[in-house]
Amino acid sequence: MSFINYSSREINCKIVYYGPGLCGKTTNLQYVYKKTNPDQKGKLISLATETERTLFFDFLPLALGDIKGFKVRFHLYTVPGQVFYAASRKLILKGVDGVVFVADSQIERMEANIESLDDLRINLAEQGYDLDKLPYTVQYNKRDLPNIAPVESMNKLLNPREVPYFEGVAVTGPGVFETLKNVAKQVLTELKKHY
Amino acid sequence: MSSSDLIMYEEEFSRIDEELQKLYVQTNAMVVFLVDKNGQLIASAGDTSDIDTTSLASLTAGNIAATGGIARLLGEKEFTILFHEGEKENIHISLIGQRVILVVIFDKRSSLGLVRLRVKKASEAFVKIFSDITSKSEKVKSSDSFDESPFAEISDEDIDNLFK
Repeated sequence: MSFINYSSREINCKIVYYGPGLCGKTTNLQYVYKKTNPDQKGKLISLATETERTLFFDFLPLALGDIKGFKVRFHLYTVPGQVFYAASRKLILKGVDGVVFVADSQIERMEANIESLDDLRINLAEQGYDLDKLPYTVQYNKRDLPNIAPVESMNKLLNPREVPYFEGVAVTGPGVFETLKNVAKQVLTELKKHY
Repeated sequence: MSSSDLIMYEEEFSRIDEELQKLYVQTNAMVVFLVDKNGQLIASAGDTSDIDTTSLASLTAGNIAATGGIARLLGEKEFTILFHEGEKENIHISLIGQRVILVVIFDKRSSLGLVRLRVKKASEAFVKIFSDITSKSEKVKSSDSFDESPFAEISDEDIDNLFK
């Protein structure tokens, strides 16, 4: 649900990073935070446990610039990836405008990826959304590790609809902004269609 | 895009602002906020210069969402009021019309009783304003008369420029 304010001339959109535990959702946000101009970003808020596992969500507001005199702001959220935080994950999807699915490229995490993607689909449906109709981008993260699955087989497993996908290494940055830019573009294009 | 997109026009915004200012004065509060249920700040009254309003809005919405989740587990529809008491400052959070969140931050110059009373009165006004906003955006949507839509002529280049 985007928020268009004609009074303050602002457009606010919500993007959620989804994926299995330890796939790098928070790391994506941390990299975006690190590389964005101070005047374009707010605080990065992490509601995490003592061991830095996401407990509820991470939140990063970004003010990217203007379109036709309207300030465009994106609110980036991550969900807690661990299976037992299912109830919290559901809540964060409320009012989402675009989804990034961060998949862990390591072969042994493939099952976790599939499980998380199913979970995403179900949770979205519960909020009245259809993943096939939402702005949606996939990121194959951790491409720098040795034991990774080839992109083709990941695509077959996780991206049968062939939505835009990017190879990423969220720790050092490759793919992070490409992913964000792609989903943001889809969100704005979708808004354009409706208004 | 979901039909529940919130579109705010000048007229409704000034009505909201007026109600918030009134509530701010009547409750003797430090700050009063109105936040969308999805965590976006709609308007505020009082001195916000020392407060990170964006983060506050997002966390408040998270708070309401988590409490709503607890409510449903217990078979309640929603807990509509949350109150957090601090050493010096207190925060009163209430859900209005299932749609927006009203936040009042106050200290010892006010009291919980006063805040509750005034919030209840103001809630009725906000429910009315937001139902007007909903019917207005539906009317505009169905009549296709978005003459000043910022999206009508948006180009790929405009979008690319955001990321430069």
